[in-house]
This record gives sequence, C-alpha cells and structure tokens, in this order.
Amino acid sequence: MTLATSMYACRVDDVPLGEGRAITLDGRRIAIFRSAGGWFALDAACPHRGGPLADGIVCDNAVICPLHDRRYDLASGEALNADDDVVAHAVQLQGERVFVMLAEAAQLAA
Amino acid sequence: MHDMNSGVVIVGGGIAGQAVCEALRERDADVPITLICGEGSAPYDRVRLSEILVSGEDPETLQLRPSEWYADHDVELLVGRMVTWVDTERGVLGLDDIEEMAFDKLVLATGSQPLMPPIPGIKLAGVHPFRDPADCDAIRLAAAEGGVERAAVIGGGLLGLEAARGIAAQGCAVTVVHLLDRLMERQLDAGASALLAPALQGLDIDVEFDRSTQQIIGPERAHGLRFSDGSELMADLVVVSIGIRPETELARSIGLVCDRGIIVDDAMNTSRPGVLAVGECAQHRGIVYGLVAPIYDQARAAAATLTSDATQSGTGTNRLYLGSVPSAKLKVAGIDLVCAGDAVGDLEAVVTDAATGVYRKLTVRNGRVVGTVLLGDTRGSEALVAAVRAGDLVDNPLQALADASLAGPADLPDTAQICDCNGVCKGALVEAVTVGGCATPREVMAVTRAGTGCGSCRPAVKEIVAFATGGLSDEPAYLCPCRKQTREELAGKIRDEGHESVSEVANACGTGRECGTCKPALAYLVSEVCANQHREERDARFINDRVHANIQRDGTFSVVPRMYGGVCTPDELRRIADVADKFEVPLVKVTGGQRLDLLGVKKQDLPAIWADLGMPSGHAYAKAVRTVKTCVGTDFCRFGLGDAIGLGIEMEKLWEGLHTPHKVKSGVSGCPRNCAEATVKDIGCVAVEGGWQVRAGGAAGGNVREADILATVETRAEALRIATTFLQYYRENADYKERTYDFIPRIGLEKVREVVLDETSGAALRERLRIAKAATADPWLERDDPYHPRQFEDLETPEPALVGPPAGGER
Repeated sequence: MTLATSMYACRVDDVPLGEGRAITLDGRRIAIFRSAGGWFALDAACPHRGGPLADGIVCDNAVICPLHDRRYDLASGEALNADDDVVAHAVQLQGERVFVMLAEAAQLAA
Repeated sequence: MHDMNSGVVIVGGGIAGQAVCEALRERDADVPITLICGEGSAPYDRVRLSEILVSGEDPETLQLRPSEWYADHDVELLVGRMVTWVDTERGVLGLDDIEEMAFDKLVLATGSQPLMPPIPGIKLAGVHPFRDPADCDAIRLAAAEGGVERAAVIGGGLLGLEAARGIAAQGCAVTVVHLLDRLMERQLDAGASALLAPALQGLDIDVEFDRSTQQIIGPERAHGLRFSDGSELMADLVVVSIGIRPETELARSIGLVCDRGIIVDDAMNTSRPGVLAVGECAQHRGIVYGLVAPIYDQARAAAATLTSDATQSGTGTNRLYLGSVPSAKLKVAGIDLVCAGDAVGDLEAVVTDAATGVYRKLTVRNGRVVGTVLLGDTRGSEALVAAVRAGDLVDNPLQALADASLAGPADLPDTAQICDCNGVCKGALVEAVTVGGCATPREVMAVTRAGTGCGSCRPAVKEIVAFATGGLSDEPAYLCPCRKQTREELAGKIRDEGHESVSEVANACGTGRECGTCKPALAYLVSEVCANQHREERDARFINDRVHANIQRDGTFSVVPRMYGGVCTPDELRRIADVADKFEVPLVKVTGGQRLDLLGVKKQDLPAIWADLGMPSGHAYAKAVRTVKTCVGTDFCRFGLGDAIGLGIEMEKLWEGLHTPHKVKSGVSGCPRNCAEATVKDIGCVAVEGGWQVRAGGAAGGNVREADILATVETRAEALRIATTFLQYYRENADYKERTYDFIPRIGLEKVREVVLDETSGAALRERLRIAKAATADPWLERDDPYHPRQFEDLETPEPALVGPPAGGER
C-alpha cells in the first residue's frame, strides 16, 4: 500500500499508555488508542448510542465504551458484545510521530 | 409375601435407582414404588466419593435424599436387602432367600462392580478398589495414618485421578501408573493429556505411563508393584481403578439377554416384558455408560415406559432414550477439566498455551460439533457442551471457541444442561426464579437440586441465578469473572505478595487481563489494601475517575462541588452561578443529596471550572463517600433533638475523599421525623431522645430498605465513631459494586455489629481508616498538577494536515 495517504495525528506522548484520545482527521472524529499491544484507531463514536470510545477502558486489544459497556476489538473494530462493528483505521508510527490512514483511504490505495 | 401391593420394584440403590424412583414419582403420584438397596444405606452420590476421600467427612453427607423423603413421596425403601431370585412369570422376587415380594414391573439398576485384574497379589491386604464409602474409609485411613511411604493408583482414568488426589490430600506420596501413554484416554486427546500430567505433578501426584502391572508384591500385604518390563515401584497402599464391570449376575439368572451389560432398547426394556434396566448395568446400542449424566436421561425414558400402557409403549420419540454424548468434569481441586463427546474429529480447532496449562479444543465432523476438551480454562463449557449434545452446525470452530469463552449465562440456550449430576438445565434454574420465586442461589439449588451433586457447576448456577434475578443475589460475585477470582483471594494475594498497582496484580494473578471489565474493581482493591499508598494507574480507572466528573449520555460531564452537610455560603453560590454563566453550563440542578449539579460540561473545561469554583470535589462521579444529607437539626428547627448539621459536616469532613466498594450516601436527621431521610441511607444517624441512632444498609432506589440499627448511643462523638467504624468495615469487606444494603444482609447484621462495636476490632478499623484518609487529596487539584499533560484534552486537528510518513514507518 502507498503511505502517502496517511495523516499525521499526534506525538506518541500525547496519548497516555492504556488510554485513548479523540481527534478530527479529514473532518472525521477518530479515537486513537495506545494499548500495551500497540496503537489502534477506530471511529470515535460507539455505534450503539454514540458513546465516546476514546474515554473507554482499554484491555486485551479491545475497548469498552464508557456509556453501556459495549466492547470492540481495537484492531478490527469488530463488536465483541454488541450488534454493529465500528470502523477501524490503520495506525503507523514513525519515531515519535503517529500517523493514521483512514479506512476509505486504505481501500482506495489497495 | 412382603407386600401384596405390588407396583414397580426397583432393584439397586445407586444414583440410577434413585433417579428412576424420582422420575417415576414425578409422572405418577400413585403407583406403588419399592426401592431395594443392597448396601446398608439409602442411595448416596457415588460421584462425590472422592470429596469424602479428601475431606474425611461422614459418608452420610453424600446421601442423595434425606430419609424422610421416601416417606414423603410414598416410596418404600428397603436397605441392606439382597434380591436373590426373580420369577418374571409370576411377578415375584425373593429377598435374602427368606421373603417374597410381588411386582408388576421390575427395574434393574444394579450398577457395576470395580474391575479387579486377575494378577498375583490382587487379594493382598493394602489393595483396595475405589468404589464405595468403605473403600474410601480404608484408603483414607491408610494414607492418613502414616506407615505408608508411597501409594500407587493403578489406572489413570477419571476415578483413578480423583483417588490419587484424595490420597495426596492426606499428605501421602502417590504415583499413578497407567497402562497407556496418556491419561483419561477415553475423554482426552494427546494434547490435553500432555498438559494434564504436569498439572497433577503440581499437586504432588506422580504419573508413570506405559506401565502394565503384572504383580502386586507381597508377601502378607502389598509392598509394591512389578511391571511387565521387570521394573518395580514400592508402594504400601495400592488402589485399583481400571474400570467397571456391569453387575449382571441377577439379570443373567433371570435369563435376560446380556452382553457386557444388560441389553436394553430405546425404551429401556430388557429382553423380558415388564423388566427394565437403567444405569451402569445396562447396555444401550452397544454402549455401557460409566458416567453419571446419561443415567438421568435413561431414568426419564424408563419412567415414561413404566407409566405408559402397553399399546403406547415405545411410541413418541420424546419418551425414548436415544443415547448420550458422554461428558465429564474432573473434580480435582486446582485442575479445571471439562470434556464432552469425541476428542478427535475431521476438523479440529485448538487453542493452547503450555505455559499456563490451558488447552481448549472443539472437534467437528461433517460440519457439526461433536466434542470439546477444555483444560485449565473452562470458560463457556456449558455452552460448548450444549453445542456438542445438540450437534450444532458450526462454520468456524475457532471462532465458536472464542465466542464461548466470552458468553455469559444469558447466552446459553434453556436446554443447556448445567448440573450434570442431577440433570438440571438452565431453563429449570431460570424458572425456579421467575416462576418459583427463588431469590438466591441457595434457594434455587434447594429447589432444583442443581449444584448439590459434585458441586462443580455451582459457579455456573450462581451466575445464572444472578442473571435471572437481575443480579439481586445474596452471594458474592467474582471480582474477575474471566479468571473466576474472588475479592478475598485477590486481596490476600495483594497483601501477601505486596503488590502496589493494578498491572502488578494483573501480571501475578492474570486478573484484569482478559475482558478488562474488572479493572476498576481491581484498582479499588489495590488502593484499599494499600491504604491509598498504591501506585495509581489511570488506565485501569473508569473515565469518571480519570477526569473526576460524571460522564453523561452525550459524552459531556457533570460537576458537583463539595458542600459539607449541604451547607454553603453566599459567596460559594455566587461562584457557582458565575461558572454556570461563564462556561455556558446547560443545566444547573439541585440534587437529591442536597448539592448543586452543573450538567453538560465539556471535558476540557473541567480544570478551569474547578479553579473558578474554588471548592473541593463532591465525588458525585465516584464509588466513594458522596453526600451527607442533613436537616437543620437544633440550629433552627423547633423539633430538633440533636445537631444534625454539625454531625453531618463532621462525618463528611472525616470521610471525604475515601473511595468505597460502591457509592455511600449518608444522612443525618435531628429528630425521628427524619427529614433528611437518614433511615434509607447507606449510613444514617437519627437523633432520638437521649442520644443517637446509628443505622446502615438503607436503600431508597429500585428497592426500598429500612436501614438496620447498628447501635443507639448517648453522644454525637460515639455516633460518629460507630458510623466511621462501619464505613471502614464496609470498605474492607464488601464486594466491588456491592451496596451496603446488599452487604449487611450477606454478612448478617449480628456479625457486623459484633465487629463494628467491639472495642479492639473497632479501634483497629478506625486506625486503618485514619491511615487511608491521610493519603487522600482533593482530586480536583489535578487541575494544576495533572496526571498526564492531556488528562482532560483531546488531540488537536493538525493544521494543515501533514501527509506521511515516508517509507519505513513501522506499524
């Protein structure tokens, strides 16, 4: 895949280990997670009731929405105890800098 | 003749005989039933023999039903009587050759005998089968009373391993010698078996494979085993557990067709009309079942046959027995093992981790689930065993395994069998709650008998009852459901091993590493055990405790500043109003706890709002000491008997900042009119003539519960002391998310009073509270000293959007 479509998001230190933070990239709200298992990005809003996934508890490569405990796989966005999956985006690191490639961009590049 | 009132006679007082008895009585309240037990006691639960071997409890505790049950259900119970002959033409049988008894229909439930190999020395003293309570006693005595340096168990099947565990529990060295190269070969595949042996080693049970015992070395009593390769193993106690032989002697004497067992059809009929056979003595479609679960299915079919008239007999598939999928649980403490069906299939999904001894497997044939083996991690076993029994279609067995481990009791079908010992399905448990009105696992177990057998299903029963009652259960839940660890176990480990953070506990115990929902509970536990001197890890906290505000449905937050006793100054009111204006707070509301709530606040505004307010956190977002609601007491009220505001403020200042297992709402009323509603608070004080009533465990939520009176005391200082002591007792002993109104009934009011009011234990509790309190700080001060530079902030949108990174960026 070409890397040209990745967008700079933040520096590594901007997200505390084990937490998530929301960001707007290309007009889209994204939640970026820094888990023990690596960096991940999902759409920011929980498909269930729009809860802020960036505020969720991160564990076992999943995030738990703070509003109603819906769990999503961080890598795939797959709903682990809910009906609808959430869109997952690719994250790349370069040194201290974190880049996100939005799912649509990834599809176009593929 | 013993009894002219013939009816159904059941021969054999084991689990099978009892099961037929119960299934039959359920279908027909009137048919005369006689149960004849050869052993000298009423039917007992043989499956639990190994427990007795470990604990040395009286075998009477194994009795399946109390003696009154037989009278209550109009069942004639004969114990210690042998059936010596049967004349099926006349419908008469002989009891001990001295008495005759008539029957209309006969059920043979004669069970099985332990298989004893015909090798030299098998009859020596010190050689025992493991089959009945007498064997159990003899083995236990020999193992416990010394003189035995090592015991040997011949046979590495389910029963043999349980026997070995019982012997090891007496502190006696034990070696299992097994004929084959893997344990429990009928249930396990090589992979699971390979992990089982080291797990047994951890319980001081040695295992030797490929050992064919040729002789038990004497001369007077057993001293060891000699194997086919000439090697020997010294052992002064030998337990033989190589299998069972169906007891068919009586059946053969009647002339019933027998193979290994008594041949039965799908209606459980033998070759002779009116004579049935059930349990380990029966051979159905070529199979003799040596496990308990099929017995219940057979007993139900037999009862159906016995109660249908001849013309109906055998029609309607629901009354037929079509065979069982064998399933088994190993009841050895420290080893979790569940298996069902075939251990090999044409498609297999296996998840294994040798380091932690976890092995999970699902086998599939022609697209249907045919077997499962779960070792070390038996999560989802009920769902998987149900899938095996039902032969469910499965597309992706690996996914099915993963899904099952996350499945809760709510996800199980009603037909999933939870208690294999008593054949109780999930539907029956739920019905006991929804129809039968049971509220606790104990009640449900008493009604359905689930969990009263081997007990291995009790955690599942508790989960299902909690699910059916909506969580209103009187028994503690697991702090970590993934690893099935309780608060007590974890608190002990934190204390003993000196863990100071959630991640340390997670590494040491595995808690909080899987689904993560228990991390906040673990964070509280670590902070409580370490008296707030723990190492804080914010990622383990719920968002409310990361930003010290209460998240709302739209992702905004609410802010409630502390107002001790609900009292505030005009200046504080002005600042609250100014903040509401300046930050365009959408809603300002007086709360039920006499505080002012600013709702709809953006996360990034929190630090500035706190600074402008200049008031400490009210902890309205946390599981912590919340508000102390007060009435005006003696200051202005003409009825006031005690200084409610004064005591309320004192309580709130003394407890402020302490986190608790669940929120603690308090109240102080200055007279029994109780305007502060202190009698429905977690902790409440009510001024009465001549002193104060101290109460705890009140509720005014989904349920209303009047708080229990802990004590009535003379002075305000005493009231404060007792209330404070209770608070710490609750902090230390309640389960996470267990409110005081569930906590006190669980512990028992008497016990709570005993500890809280006792001079010594009370003083110790207060001292620990003082230490924990000393380490608290106003969390809103993090506005100046944040835990992380971006504690309250999202990420800014980069302007202009940078594009990259160049090639070589790592994922």
